[in-house]
Amino acid sequence: MMDDQFYREYILDHYKNPRNFGHLDHADIAHEEVNPLCGDVIGMEFAVKQGVIEDVRFYGRGCAISQASASLLTERLKGMTLEEARKLGKDDVVEQLGIEISAARLKCALLSLKVLKVGAYGLADVD
Amino acid sequence: MGAIRQDFPIFSSGIAYLDSANTTQRPQVVLDAMRAYYTEYNANIHRGAYAISEMATERFEGARQRLAQFINARSPDEIIWTRGTTESINLVAYSWGRANVQRNDLIVLTVMEHHSNLVPWQILAAERGAQIEYVDIDGAGELDLDGFAALMRREPKLVAFTQVSNTLGSINPVQELVAAARAAGAVVLIDGAQGAPHLGFDVQASGADFYAFSGHKMAGPTGIGVLWGRRELLASMPPFMAGGDMIRSVTLKGTTYADAPQKFEAGTQAVAEAIGLGAAVEYLSGIGLANIHRHEQDLTEYAMESLQDLGGIRIFGPPAGRRSGVVSFDLEGIHPHDLATILDRHQVCIRAGHNCTQPLMERLGVAAVARASFYLYTEKGEIDRLLEGLKDAKRIFA
Repeated sequence: MMDDQFYREYILDHYKNPRNFGHLDHADIAHEEVNPLCGDVIGMEFAVKQGVIEDVRFYGRGCAISQASASLLTERLKGMTLEEARKLGKDDVVEQLGIEISAARLKCALLSLKVLKVGAYGLADVD
Repeated sequence: MGAIRQDFPIFSSGIAYLDSANTTQRPQVVLDAMRAYYTEYNANIHRGAYAISEMATERFEGARQRLAQFINARSPDEIIWTRGTTESINLVAYSWGRANVQRNDLIVLTVMEHHSNLVPWQILAAERGAQIEYVDIDGAGELDLDGFAALMRREPKLVAFTQVSNTLGSINPVQELVAAARAAGAVVLIDGAQGAPHLGFDVQASGADFYAFSGHKMAGPTGIGVLWGRRELLASMPPFMAGGDMIRSVTLKGTTYADAPQKFEAGTQAVAEAIGLGAAVEYLSGIGLANIHRHEQDLTEYAMESLQDLGGIRIFGPPAGRRSGVVSFDLEGIHPHDLATILDRHQVCIRAGHNCTQPLMERLGVAAVARASFYLYTEKGEIDRLLEGLKDAKRIFA
């Protein structure tokens, strides 16, 4: 039996019971991205009021890493100002996942950040 | 096939390697042949008037001869070196395709094609205003032969399909399909990337016009592959890439080209790789393609039975007896990427993803699959290790 350093309980929990999963009735901003390596899709929808993210949802399909990463990100985004959200980067996402991630799986972990950056803020690709 | 494994130095690392449809491992004889070129007679071919250059040319052309024999080509002049199947197909699409495909012409492909046998034709069709139709698969993952026949009645200009599906493992009835396509007046290209290494191919018996395959999927080096073309067709085709070594004469006013195969081999060639592929083909022929195929079918049957016993699994493609050594599957509730990561921790290497067959994934209704694939050096013990890893994955995701 291998140890479960990678698939920790909270990651599996976010995968099986994703937070903020689904769609908003009214989204101010919506965007989705595909990981061309595997065809996985993540979309995000935001309700924004006076520069603050009031609500957020994500949807899509993918591996435990991409889904848990998206779920964790939405938890963090709720209540953040756009200014703060813009500053989130690769290191924040990796740190939040709390596991050592290989280069091959980094794309999975960062898919939701890419959705956030490209879709909501029109910033350049994160990778 | 027990002693075969010792021919492959990588296995001393203890890995279970089940990704041979992606790229294969290389035996020591291939590495030795390449090393000998670099250390004993490294020189460019076709030009130096000195001994080691002549030797390099001789070995390079000797490899071409060997490849010609391997697929039973009429002449080594029908063997064009490329970087691999992708370049071989692109060569045909750019050279033959642009000289022959016109507005409203029909190109027939299949839904099981690898992207390398889809995208070049999509680009050509868009450029020329040609149409593409795709032959569907049935529930077992085999080509819909009635659908194929119906498309032949529309007199396609080109029919291109794979000998063996890299995702489903299905072995297509090449002879039957080529005969129908040729009767309809079509030029026929066969993607042999997954066929040549496991079943071999007889280009003359097949009746096809073009055959493309890669060295690295048949125990040879990366960066080398072959396009075989019918001599008359190659003679009529314009060059694909231009430069040194493909000309007859160059003046500032214009250029006349060399005959095939040199016409399609501009620039310094991958000499060591061609020699390495020659050695690989000699190695495979020594073991015998029929023996390799039998070994793979044995493994495939064992793998499919073991996987079924695991439960909660969907296996794609036809029964073991009707496929090559490729088993793609989906384990309920666990994404293929996660499977691959967990298996990696057991030192088991598999492919996870769409296998460069996105239209096929869509047809199967999945985003990605996990794929185990075998070759002459694969052992049942490696499949047992795959099963152990999958059980561990089920435990983690339970």
